[in-house]
Amino acid sequence: MSISYYIFLSIALFCVGVAGVLTRRNAIIIFMCVELMLNAVNLLLVAFSKMHHQSLSATNPNAGIDGQIFVFFIMVVAAVEVSVGLAIIVMMHRNTHSVDVNFLNRLKH
Amino acid sequence: MSKLVPLVPLFPLIGFLVIGLCRNSLSKSVTGIIGCGMIGVSFLLSLFIFQEVRQPGFETVIVTCFDFIHADTLNIPFAFQVDALSVLFLLIITGVGFLIHVYSTAYMHEEESPHFARYFSYLNLFVFSMLLLVLGANYVIMFIGWEGVGLCSYLLIGFWFKNIDFDNAAKKAFIMNRIGDLGFLVAIFWMINQFGSVSFSDVFAKAPVTSTGALTGITLLLFVGATGKSAQIPLYTWLPDAMAGPTPVSALIHAATMVTAGIYMVARSHLLYSLSPASQTVVAVIGLSTAIFAATIALKQNDIKKGLAYSTVSQLGYMFLGLGVGAYTGAVFHVMTHAFFKALLFLCAGSVIHAIHNEQDIRKMGGLRKFMPVTHICCLLACLAISGIPPFSGFFSKDEILAAAYGKNPIYYFIAVAGTFLTGLYMFRLYAMTFLGDFRGTSEQEKHLKESPPAMTFPLIVLAILSVIGGFVGIPEVFADHAHLLGRFLEPVLNGTAQKKAEANPELILMLVSLLAAGAGVVYALVRFSKKPELGEARGFGKILANKWYVDEFYQAIIVRPLNGLAKFLNSFVEKSIIDWIVNGIGRLIQYGSRQIRLLQSGQVGGYVLLMVIGMVILFLIQLLVKK
Repeated sequence: MSISYYIFLSIALFCVGVAGVLTRRNAIIIFMCVELMLNAVNLLLVAFSKMHHQSLSATNPNAGIDGQIFVFFIMVVAAVEVSVGLAIIVMMHRNTHSVDVNFLNRLKH
Repeated sequence: MSKLVPLVPLFPLIGFLVIGLCRNSLSKSVTGIIGCGMIGVSFLLSLFIFQEVRQPGFETVIVTCFDFIHADTLNIPFAFQVDALSVLFLLIITGVGFLIHVYSTAYMHEEESPHFARYFSYLNLFVFSMLLLVLGANYVIMFIGWEGVGLCSYLLIGFWFKNIDFDNAAKKAFIMNRIGDLGFLVAIFWMINQFGSVSFSDVFAKAPVTSTGALTGITLLLFVGATGKSAQIPLYTWLPDAMAGPTPVSALIHAATMVTAGIYMVARSHLLYSLSPASQTVVAVIGLSTAIFAATIALKQNDIKKGLAYSTVSQLGYMFLGLGVGAYTGAVFHVMTHAFFKALLFLCAGSVIHAIHNEQDIRKMGGLRKFMPVTHICCLLACLAISGIPPFSGFFSKDEILAAAYGKNPIYYFIAVAGTFLTGLYMFRLYAMTFLGDFRGTSEQEKHLKESPPAMTFPLIVLAILSVIGGFVGIPEVFADHAHLLGRFLEPVLNGTAQKKAEANPELILMLVSLLAAGAGVVYALVRFSKKPELGEARGFGKILANKWYVDEFYQAIIVRPLNGLAKFLNSFVEKSIIDWIVNGIGRLIQYGSRQIRLLQSGQVGGYVLLMVIGMVILFLIQLLVKK
């Protein structure tokens, strides 16, 4: 299958993620959109890794493998980040009884 | 021995540092001993070096201390050059300098201890700079000394800095010198461009194959420097004002040494001047006109030091005339004799001023012959020497210049002889009004009149002896073969320019004419001023002379006032309305801009994220478009 499909899918996912982060006010949805962006990148990495492996495996059996390692890293870090982020959201809900990020405009002061 | 030449300027430098840094803790006698001692040691070293240089077959020695400037192909070493010319100046500077240091210990004794030490530290710094000037083996080292003496001149003219007039005189001297220095500096740059070097040996070796135009430019620019330092038209006006400094300073800096730096420089570059007849003519004409012009002003000066200052300007003019007509030996000879008798005259004036409690107006002097016999005799000898009466020193040196001037162009000679008449006239007017007749000051002053202390009379006597016999090193060749010792000594440096053996008859007649002119001036002045001194204000033409031909006023009108006007315009209009507007405008713009940009910080997370995304998109687009 051509690499361009993966790229277009990935761009689409990323743009959905960006649009979600920009437009939504619900912290949980923003969070999910961030995950969406991360996974778009993961998808792209895996796709390129596979492509490299196919074209270069004759000379180098390990070609493109680092892309996949990257993906694992991102997944692990994302999992950690999710736990921290969800904890923040829980604290936020406790204090404001809302998960609307526009309540959090105290940074201005 | 000549390898030790860096020590000669080193001692005065040490003296300057020690006295200058410890000025608050040294007593006056220690200061005096260090100050005089350092110069004395330098003088002894110079004598030893002189002994070596005068041996037959002596070759020029160049002692390189370190590389001063090294850039690409240009290499300027910090090097000293020992040859006949520099050794002669060494002797003059350290010898006369030593005597004046000794004199100063008595003259400045009423100063408080720190100021006394300040005075001696400046004086030692001056001697150091002057030695650097004459010892440098290239134009850059010479220029360092040149600037150094200018600085010391400024510091010492303004020594009594609480008097605003003295400060102004110091500033005037400094600014006038800067104008000349600019010419010197441009000449150095031109030399680097033309010859690729500033060492005397390189420049002189390459000069004969250089275009006359470039040489004329370089020599004229060098001469601009010389007119500043050596007080020639049009930059001479600072020298009479420089008399604001202590009198020994006038004797050392503004008569014997610093003002002759220009003559040294031209004599040192005489090969360049010989190749450029146009510059020679300019030098001769400027020198001659300065000699006459300053002599006329000197006729009507009533301040004893101002009179001597104009006399110095006039004598310097004679030296430049000598340089311009190719009598380089004669000019250097006149530098030497002039250093003796003019330093002596200034020291006599200082002795008089000291005795009469800071009175400088000769109309309030008179009859001092009775009270100050030593000063009187010394001053008389100096006046005879400067007027060119044989067998005193001035006669021989001036005669050599006049003879060369006649050889070049008889018109130069006749004008110069008129100047000789004026010299006799103004010198003996000063002499008669100071020492002859009756005392015209207050009776209070008369009670305190007495001869100066030995520390002051000793230098007077030594200089008087030198003024009398100094001329015998340069007896004209018409009297005896090989009698011109100085000419033969300087022959290796000023080669080919030594006085040609003129036919006996014309030269004797020329001597007689100038002698008659000088004698007429002397006799007229003695008859005219000894009985009936000139006490009233000058009138008519005399008033123009007394006001120095209104040159200061002229400069004031055509240079100072327009410059002040320009400065005022720049201050009130350009500064206030344009520059201030720009600066304040920038400030206001930033304030306004930041007020607007502050609105971006809304506190909304979404806003920040939006900006971040926009930023990233912009970076992405830049990456996309700029990538080749």
